[in-house]
Amino acid sequence: MPLLKNGEAIADTWQHVAAGEAVPPAGPVVVPFERWKAEREALLARNTPLGVRLPNAQNVGELAADLGRLELIVLEFPKFVDGRAFSQARVLRERYRYRGELRATGDVLRDQLQFMQRCGFDAFEIAAPNAAEIWRAAVNEIDVFYQPAADDRVPAPRLRRSA
Amino acid sequence: MAKVVKNPAAQIVTANRLRDGAVVYLVADGSWSTNVSEGAVARDAVTAERLMAAGNQAAADQVVVGPYLIAVAVKDDRVEPLGTRERIRALGPSVSERPAA
Amino acid sequence: MYSYDEYDQKLLDQRVAQFRDQVRRRIAGELTEEQFRPLRLRNGLYLQLHAYMLRVSVPYGTLSSRQLRGLGHVARHYDRGFGHFTTRTNMQFHWMKLEHVPDALADLAKVQLHGIQTSGNSLRNVTADHLAGVAPDEIEDPRIWCEIIRQWGALHPEFSYLPRKFKICIIAAPHDRAALRIHDLALRLHRNEAGETGFEVMVGGGLGRTPFLAKTIREFLPKRHLLSYLEAVLRVYNQLGRRDNLWKARIKILVHELGVQKFTELVEAEWQDVKDGPVEVSEAEVARIAAQFSPPNYEDAPTFTREFDELRLNDLGFARWLRTNVGGHKQPGYAIVTVSLKPPGGTPGDITAEQMDAVADLADRYSFSEIRVTHAQNLVLPHVRRADLPVVWRALAALGLATPNIGLASDIICCPGLDYCSLANARSIPIARRLTERFDDLSRLHDLGELKIKISGCINACGHHHVGHIGILGVDKNGEEYYQVTLGGSEDLNGALGTILGPAIHADRIVEAVETLIEIYVALRRDGERFLDTYRRVGLAPFKERIYAPA
Repeated sequence: MPLLKNGEAIADTWQHVAAGEAVPPAGPVVVPFERWKAEREALLARNTPLGVRLPNAQNVGELAADLGRLELIVLEFPKFVDGRAFSQARVLRERYRYRGELRATGDVLRDQLQFMQRCGFDAFEIAAPNAAEIWRAAVNEIDVFYQPAADDRVPAPRLRRSA
Repeated sequence: MAKVVKNPAAQIVTANRLRDGAVVYLVADGSWSTNVSEGAVARDAVTAERLMAAGNQAAADQVVVGPYLIAVAVKDDRVEPLGTRERIRALGPSVSERPAA
Repeated sequence: MYSYDEYDQKLLDQRVAQFRDQVRRRIAGELTEEQFRPLRLRNGLYLQLHAYMLRVSVPYGTLSSRQLRGLGHVARHYDRGFGHFTTRTNMQFHWMKLEHVPDALADLAKVQLHGIQTSGNSLRNVTADHLAGVAPDEIEDPRIWCEIIRQWGALHPEFSYLPRKFKICIIAAPHDRAALRIHDLALRLHRNEAGETGFEVMVGGGLGRTPFLAKTIREFLPKRHLLSYLEAVLRVYNQLGRRDNLWKARIKILVHELGVQKFTELVEAEWQDVKDGPVEVSEAEVARIAAQFSPPNYEDAPTFTREFDELRLNDLGFARWLRTNVGGHKQPGYAIVTVSLKPPGGTPGDITAEQMDAVADLADRYSFSEIRVTHAQNLVLPHVRRADLPVVWRALAALGLATPNIGLASDIICCPGLDYCSLANARSIPIARRLTERFDDLSRLHDLGELKIKISGCINACGHHHVGHIGILGVDKNGEEYYQVTLGGSEDLNGALGTILGPAIHADRIVEAVETLIEIYVALRRDGERFLDTYRRVGLAPFKERIYAPA
């Protein structure tokens, strides 16, 4: 699945550990949340980038203490109508100040990309041949925003005050 | 949603036309008509399946949206849909649209 | 009323361009129907039984005359010359063509109208009392806060994929004229003991398969915290609302399953983290918006004129119309006129393009160019000088818009039903028409007094049948249309859901059954009792016995 980041299609350098699989001895690894909880000490002892994949029903607060050690968090959109990960993303960025990569996976629609970006996602697994072009269209179609979110766009009410 | 009639004696395929939303019926030549009496009638499961395949192809070709089979009664040259919902789709709303006053 | 600034207009124009491109991609085959459907729903475009249906948002039921003309223009150029007002005060056009919708939306954008978020699992139109700003019993104009939420909730990145739709209503009077408690989130502006103005927050109302009335989760919320509290409620709902079952996905189910106390704890905990943060609306923005809702330049107008007095005494038609369709205004010398969209034999809530233009003209001349839409599917001219009532009455009567029936038995709330809607199980409009024809004897109609009949064509309850004094729900039994009757529902602050009368009644007998219910009321009523009062006193039994008595 192509990975869209910073407006470009890039290769995914992470190793995704599935349930029941052994964790590779070296290199950046992403583990499911249950594995993180079970093998946390061992994983933290590695000198490699670490990532966690959270199910979208998971309260992100349970990962709060470890966020400084993580370089990747993968959130899920099992069906595009299931918008729970939008909230998870905002809470991770705004409440817990998570600074690593926040990746959207699953049923990611191009028409959701701008919402996702505003909620703090900066990487997207999206099935599309022309990812860069899609990205440009998605984040530029609308450029007026009414509400603050996890991004740094200035909402209209603040722009009005400085007018 | 459309009701499934068990073992209907006669069926036709209906859908909404993509560009204008009009109620249309699949004609034998593969075109779509707003006149229900022009709908191609299937009297057995094999024909019904063939008509639905044509309907689904038309959906894939951006001609119609959401094709499905409906049960009809055939009287002389007229095809009459069974059930209130399909009668309304074929004939239009049962109420006039200008004010009574 | 609120007028767009450059930011509002730019967002709308960009949205129109975005949708135009989405339609182009759909027709060209670059988008499948499955991919396109959520996109068109987000702009209020449904595919119904006969055609595409466009639902245009009328924010908190307020329209300028220019906007009403804009709706008339769409009806005339893109539809079949009429439109339909819904119980959420929006307008529906039932005969749209997909290929024309981008142009229709562009025309609507010129008058600051759109279909954004009138469908889909997002925040919907925030409604208010149709008498906002003019009712004598109001403490503040709730529409200021409706507009604040409208903007904040538009294209909200976190809350555009909720478990289900989310409907908000705000009132600011002790009297509820907006069916407050059937909303997902209901806010009532009031003063606390310290004299401060704030919101009572109620959550979890909604009709449909499992109807509930909203429950109070906070007695008093200072106004400045409105958006942070709303963010907390929506975040809890977004994360915990059910995603597995469409019929259990509204917030009312979450409140019911968690219990009010637990739900409130979760919201309050979430709120602690966002309170006083960047989400809060600034005082400057509140002031900017509030300034646009300041009252118009009322004149010093007389309460009575000779022409008015004489007409009232000599013309029974005028007198009746005054009694039911005209209400008191907080400004001396002014009145509130309800424009009845319920003529005998008509479709409730329907209005032609010609009528829209004519009402817009009347608004320009007699109501400071402002019109309201009520959740009962009527219109209101909110600022009419009492001295102008005779001329306004005559003009409305000539248009067929002066039936003196507001709040009476022929002022029926009715969804489009199986004649138009793909969700429906039975038709609703023919029942409403036959009933209103039965009630076209005005002296009988006025004698019956307040009687709220509400008709829905399916369990989704867009006709609000659960809260009708007489509620009628269309069902399909073995392919035939039947109607289930409920009695005793009410939509005020002491709201109640109606009780089922008995087995569903066949379409051929339902109108007669309703007539029978009314006969029983007339036979049993005591002085001054409305239908609802008599029902509350005598209960279901007398009605049930007569309707289901062996022939």
